[in-house]
Amino acid sequence: MADFQRWAPEARRHLKKGPGLWLKLKLDPWLLLVLLAIMSFGLLVLYSGSGSSETAVNKQLVRYGLALLVMVIITQVNLRHVQRWIPLLYIAGLLLLVAVLLFGAGAKGAQRWLEIPGLPRFQPSEIMKLVVPLTVSWYLAGQPRPPKLIHVIVAMVLVAVPVLLIAKQPDLGTSLLIGSSGVFVVFFAGLLWRYIILAMALGAAGLPLMWMGLREYQKQRVITFLDPESDPLGAGWNIIQSKIAIGSGGINGKGWLQGTQSHLDFLPETHTDFIVAVLAEEFGLIGVCVLLSLYFLVVLRGLIIAGYATHPFDRMLAASLTLTFFVYVVVNVGMVSGLLPVVGVPLPLVSYGGTAAVTLMASIGLLMSIHARRPQRI
Amino acid sequence: MPWSQMNNQHQEVSQFKARLWWALFLIVLVFAGIVSRLVYLQVWQHQHYVTESDDNRQQLQAIAPTRGLIYDTNGDLLAGNRASHILTLVPEQLAGGRGSIDGVLAELAQVITIDEGDIKRFKRRLNQPRRPHSPVALSFQLNQTEIAQIIVNQHRLPGVRIVPDLVRYYPSDEGFVHALGYVGRINDRELAKLDSTNYSATEHVGKLGVERYYETELHGTVGYQTVETNARGRVIQVLDRLEPVPGKDITLFLDAQLQQTAAKLLEGKRGAIVAIDPRTGGVLAMASAPSYGANQFVTGISNANYQALRKSDDLPLFNRALRGRYPPASTVKPVIAIAGIDSGIISRKYSIWDPGYYQLTEDGRLYRDWKEGGHGRVNMHKSIVESVDTFYYSIAHLMGNTPMTKYLALFGLGQVTIADQPEAIKAVLPTKKWKRANRNASWFRGDSLNLGIGQGFLSATPTQLATMAMLLANKGQWHQIRMIKAIDGQAVEKVSDIGRNDPKQPVNIELKRTSDWNKIHNAMVDVMHGKKGTGRRSGADSSYKIAGKTGTAQVLGIKQDDTYDAEKIAERFRDHGLYIGWAPAKDPVIVLAVIIENGGGGSSAAAPLARKLFDVRILGAMAEEKAEEKAEEKDGAINDG
Repeated sequence: MADFQRWAPEARRHLKKGPGLWLKLKLDPWLLLVLLAIMSFGLLVLYSGSGSSETAVNKQLVRYGLALLVMVIITQVNLRHVQRWIPLLYIAGLLLLVAVLLFGAGAKGAQRWLEIPGLPRFQPSEIMKLVVPLTVSWYLAGQPRPPKLIHVIVAMVLVAVPVLLIAKQPDLGTSLLIGSSGVFVVFFAGLLWRYIILAMALGAAGLPLMWMGLREYQKQRVITFLDPESDPLGAGWNIIQSKIAIGSGGINGKGWLQGTQSHLDFLPETHTDFIVAVLAEEFGLIGVCVLLSLYFLVVLRGLIIAGYATHPFDRMLAASLTLTFFVYVVVNVGMVSGLLPVVGVPLPLVSYGGTAAVTLMASIGLLMSIHARRPQRI
Repeated sequence: MPWSQMNNQHQEVSQFKARLWWALFLIVLVFAGIVSRLVYLQVWQHQHYVTESDDNRQQLQAIAPTRGLIYDTNGDLLAGNRASHILTLVPEQLAGGRGSIDGVLAELAQVITIDEGDIKRFKRRLNQPRRPHSPVALSFQLNQTEIAQIIVNQHRLPGVRIVPDLVRYYPSDEGFVHALGYVGRINDRELAKLDSTNYSATEHVGKLGVERYYETELHGTVGYQTVETNARGRVIQVLDRLEPVPGKDITLFLDAQLQQTAAKLLEGKRGAIVAIDPRTGGVLAMASAPSYGANQFVTGISNANYQALRKSDDLPLFNRALRGRYPPASTVKPVIAIAGIDSGIISRKYSIWDPGYYQLTEDGRLYRDWKEGGHGRVNMHKSIVESVDTFYYSIAHLMGNTPMTKYLALFGLGQVTIADQPEAIKAVLPTKKWKRANRNASWFRGDSLNLGIGQGFLSATPTQLATMAMLLANKGQWHQIRMIKAIDGQAVEKVSDIGRNDPKQPVNIELKRTSDWNKIHNAMVDVMHGKKGTGRRSGADSSYKIAGKTGTAQVLGIKQDDTYDAEKIAERFRDHGLYIGWAPAKDPVIVLAVIIENGGGGSSAAAPLARKLFDVRILGAMAEEKAEEKAEEKDGAINDG
């Protein structure tokens, strides 16, 4: 080796420089930069949306710190080394979900939390947001690609079981996110187009069946979404008010802390699910477009990482996680702007709340881990 | 690596990249969709939403529907609504916002008196999910001075408002509460159950009785109005209004005059009276004493008053008519007699020699008759007229548990017979299964003897006894026992007419020989009018015939060989006096059950009250006073069983 170095000064210089600092830390500076920008912007909006509450901002800062820490820890993990534990994780996750249905704690008629003595209370469904794409990627990576029909069916069962358990809690938003994360993996495994088209047709036909399976309050949400005026005192209130908030913001917005909708308490849940309405009211179309662009950059970077990855498992996982992030954004903004029914999906990294932020950053950590271990061009 | 595999891998990578491009295409498309939605809202519709946002000073206010009224059978008002002034706060409009509530409350306390309980309730309601800018009620009891005080200080108290409102009012207050129930302020538990939209402006909900059972009908449907307010929240004009649909008025079978008479007769006593019209099953009167004022619960009873009611030994809050469990004693004898002859276990001519006691075995325990020395030769007729216990010991012994409990069940015991009083209970009909489950013992012969005279494990509510009397009077014909006569003028025959569940309704009773009904009826007429009838004092001099049966329920078991002296036993251990009956004996228009706790014998404590009620129902109010005078002259204790 030493001889070779002596004779190849070019290569030696390269080695002296070594891999970059970021690579050593296994972090992706571009992704990190964009995420920090989103967080900072989010804190700004949160301060306004929480009614100028410094406590809320401080708490959120702590959560961001925790989420970043989780991300950094996960990036240090080489997926090749832990891959074989994935089925175990999946089974443990399912058991926790069953435990939630049996002994879970909850609020507002839904049972989502698990309280295990000695641990902080948590939502097992959040863990499944990572475990499901991991499991499906692991499974399909072990099969020939494009996957045969039987493998697709197995993969869909792997997705459907946790999705149904979570929908039963009931938590429509999370089961939607997890379901789509699984479907994305199958898509990126190279599912033949004819199957995709067939599935879409079946889905359209199954829509009426799904309607019958919905809980009463979920049906109510869909009805309210289709015709918010039908219940102006009840559920329609949220959508009507958030549309007013967004629309009255205009191009430039009313200015930071100047939103009348949010500050006069017309707008509901201003610091959680409906925070984008506060942003739209105070920072206008420009503000929302800036945030959406930042999100777009995250998604773009995710897709690039997926494109660089060589191991099939990495590829599918990275692409699925990225698209799930995208679904987060679309469902939340779509719901608040009245394009989609109200399902409880937070705006990634902006909505107040810890669990979602930690899982999101954990999935970013997976992306970075994959990218850091891509084959290096010397 | 084999060439084919390399080739495959290459193909796979290029396919994956193609999928990535597809995904990117889709993502861009969806993002573009969202951005165009935002452009639509924020640029295209901007002006519209700016107006809407400004118009949020135009508020949507929920308007509570007016609660339906409750009338008696003759159209007299039993529950109405009266104007009242409510003090409300709109937390968002307070000078210092939501955070300044404690300060505002302190300020208000200097001007008016506010109950601690009201503040607690107010804060609870405040912390519940509510629409922004909707007022929260603080106090319901403002007098004129307080209203003036607040109006004078109005400029200092933005967000504090006096709102005129209608609240429930019961003209008779105490007399009807055990029949009607009452409405009260909605509590947390109820709030969670009620439809939050329909109740968004409602402060009260039916808590008990008819008010609770017919809550849906009485409440109505919420309305709303869009109003324009100034920055302080004062309404400037009403822009749009959807009228609330007022609750439906309901008419009950209750006869106010009869009810009031019943309440008056029970004054100073503990007991209950239930009167039913046997032609319809409608409840004419339902009184329980002591009683309490219903109106104090509407505006919010003070804790001290409530505790006083709750802790009173006389249990005024307890609805004896629906929930009181009393041994029916001798009032079940006609049913036991029917059980004996209809089941064929005793003949219609069965008779015994009564020495004044009954023994299962020689030297066994003495089951004593109420009359020392006995009644001599006793047949079924005489056993009812003179209420001969030994006769029933004898036939109960012959029958055992099953036929007796079967027939008692046919007459409504052991089940909820009234359809629209949610508080009604089943009491206890002691079948063998019941005894096994509740006493973990088998059925003994002694139990049968006790059951035969309506004592022991058997218990019944006054409502059940009135039901039993109705079935006797009707010769087995059932009608649903109910308070409701009509809703909004529409007659209600069964609660299932308005979509509720009927109570499990027993079938009409068909005796093998219908003439047996007449035998029982004749005996019960002789109870009231016969020479030796236990109720003869109360039946005397009536212009119409009465059929009845008295009963005296032992509260305390008497030891063997003890002589029984009602005077010496503490008042609380005195016998309960019971009475069931109907009038006129043929084609009755009223059946009654009367129970006076610790009143002594049924003929002296309960039957005279029944006579007065019969007079009111049949002869009208005029006769009431006359009857009263007569009764006073003749009042005196008659012993019976």
